[in-house]
Amino acid sequence: MKIKVYVPQDSSAISVGADQVADKLQADDQIELIRNGSRGLFWLEPMIEVETPKGRVAYGPVSSSDVESLLAQGLLDGNQTHRLSLGLTEEIPFLKKQQRLTFKRAGIIDPTDLDDYKAHGGYKGLERAITMTTQECVDEVKASGLRGRGGAAFPTGIKWQTVHDTPGEKKYIVCNADEGDSGTYADRLQMEADPFGLIEGMTIAAIAVGADKGYIYLREEYPHAHLRLNEAINKALDAKLLGDDILGSGHTFELEVRLGAKSYICGEETALLESLEGKRGVVRAKPPLPAIEGLFGKPTVVNNVLSLSTISIIFEQGARAYASFGMGRSRGTMPFQLAGNLKRCGLVELAFGVTLNGLLNDFGGGSASDKPLRAVQCGGPLGTYLPESQWDIEMDYEAMAAIGGVLGHGGIVAFDTSVNMSEQARFSMEFCAEESCGKCTPCRIGATRGVETIDKVRANTDREANIVLLKSLCNTMEGGSLCAMGGMTPYPVKSALEHFNEDFFLPAVELPLRVGGSSTTKGSQAKAGGPQTIEISIDSIKKAGTSS
Amino acid sequence: MIANTKQQTVLRAIEENKHLEGALLPILHRIQLDLGHIPKELVSDIAEALNLSRAEVHGVITFYHSFKSKPQGKHVIEVCRAESCQAKGGRAIEAAVKTKLGVEFEQTTDDGKITLEPVYCLGNCACSPSIKINSQLYGRVTEDSVIDLIDSLQAEQH
Repeated sequence: MKIKVYVPQDSSAISVGADQVADKLQADDQIELIRNGSRGLFWLEPMIEVETPKGRVAYGPVSSSDVESLLAQGLLDGNQTHRLSLGLTEEIPFLKKQQRLTFKRAGIIDPTDLDDYKAHGGYKGLERAITMTTQECVDEVKASGLRGRGGAAFPTGIKWQTVHDTPGEKKYIVCNADEGDSGTYADRLQMEADPFGLIEGMTIAAIAVGADKGYIYLREEYPHAHLRLNEAINKALDAKLLGDDILGSGHTFELEVRLGAKSYICGEETALLESLEGKRGVVRAKPPLPAIEGLFGKPTVVNNVLSLSTISIIFEQGARAYASFGMGRSRGTMPFQLAGNLKRCGLVELAFGVTLNGLLNDFGGGSASDKPLRAVQCGGPLGTYLPESQWDIEMDYEAMAAIGGVLGHGGIVAFDTSVNMSEQARFSMEFCAEESCGKCTPCRIGATRGVETIDKVRANTDREANIVLLKSLCNTMEGGSLCAMGGMTPYPVKSALEHFNEDFFLPAVELPLRVGGSSTTKGSQAKAGGPQTIEISIDSIKKAGTSS
Repeated sequence: MIANTKQQTVLRAIEENKHLEGALLPILHRIQLDLGHIPKELVSDIAEALNLSRAEVHGVITFYHSFKSKPQGKHVIEVCRAESCQAKGGRAIEAAVKTKLGVEFEQTTDDGKITLEPVYCLGNCACSPSIKINSQLYGRVTEDSVIDLIDSLQAEQH
């Protein structure tokens, strides 16, 4: 009998050589090679596993040049003498200490093997949902306490209720898979490792609110997720789990993957809808809410990949079981994503309430370099930079908000002491200038002015006055922008100023020749109307600053 | 079937996708994939087929970073500029690639071989820093490994 060997077909694993490892193992005719998703222990990728009577044992990080010695030292018997041996996979502390619900199948199953999915609890949730009334389905989501995992944390059940209650012959389920936040990769991991989980969740959503068409708006940067999703959708169609008369229930649901086109702002739900309609990804004013007038003006549920994938778990295990995890108003589990300068970067799914220190040190293993950690950005490029004094924070939505922080989509990027926080603040403004949709002035113009102002501070040109100006600009953007892009870009800037102020008083760096971002792209030029300079009287700012 | 002219490629992309809701992005993706850019002179064909103005189609093409109005180099190198890669030395990688190629972002080498593009997160943040060459993603890169990759592209015969 052949021995099962697992080599992840995950983008990250492939980026560090998993395909080459798989090719070498494929040549051995004793091996049944399975390309699973990743377990999310990315510092160990490519991590290969061998099935043994005691369970799966792991080795990593494996390069193709290690394959020969692994086989020679009894890889296929699960022998644990090789220097890359990691023991039983489930016993690896990083994994063992987690509470995996949304990611319970990640890395375990063959991602597009429907039988494997069903053997691990798959489609039990949908089977249950079709026995319930639509209102009971919506109530189940409310009872679970699930809040949008994309970042905004809006209660999912309330959103569904609105779509459920809005009359309309045509309704849509839209999955936001435009995971653009730097430091986040949970959506990608989920779609590559367990695509049926998302498809099942979307199907349940469709039945609950009465929709018959769904779109997964997937960022173009995720080609592997695209392949996995399309393969899984086709298999679900063949098995009558999508399409007409799903499981004999009379419900119809068609699902299609649409690709984004490298625009960060299209992760904002109304810009996403515009993009799906074939337009520029320009943010819409709310109201009307997408739940009432969404895609093509029809009632639309827009949920993140993780929210929808979690739906299938909630319906399989019950709302009460899910809500038993977490703290306060943050129920269930959160997939945190460790990134940047940490020894052990990977996905950590835990109930809300774990401390940031616990994530950085117990899981992440602390700094990967020879310098200590200094700043941690939580919640993507629009999230605040937290200094060490705040790392004892318990990670839940309310606790983070109370210190002006952002949990967002769960991304955590750690920097060591080599970071220059005035440079990071400049990057936040530059990124906003690059990716602003251009609809509202505080964001479109403010971001460009923000870059210029930080450049002046860094160049020691009227430093004190320009810091006052920068703070004032941040307040304008925060209060006057249409969406979170302009509204939250000030968060990282203000936190850098507040907690790492000394970095704005370093020896002067040369003022860039042409202000407005180091890379001039068609996007920023077209949207900001090209480079322009406005002379600002520093004297008037000084007065404004001192009088307030 | 291989289309003989750019226009035939564009018309085929329209024909294959125009029945879709919100067909413009799928059409543009198809053309970008087949031709490497969206020829300006064929914007009117797309506009006509979808009953849009040329300005609307132009607006969409120029809004998204994916769609290019001019042909790209034979190879496209994307260097991630986002925070996780910054924390792992991404700025040094960026500088090394620019120096090696002698171009800035959004530019193509004189021999037309390599276009350099910025990218804001490839979702490979647990294996930072990352770059992408054509469709292949590379994680945990170093200045040396990136230079080696570029050397092998440059050594390639036409």
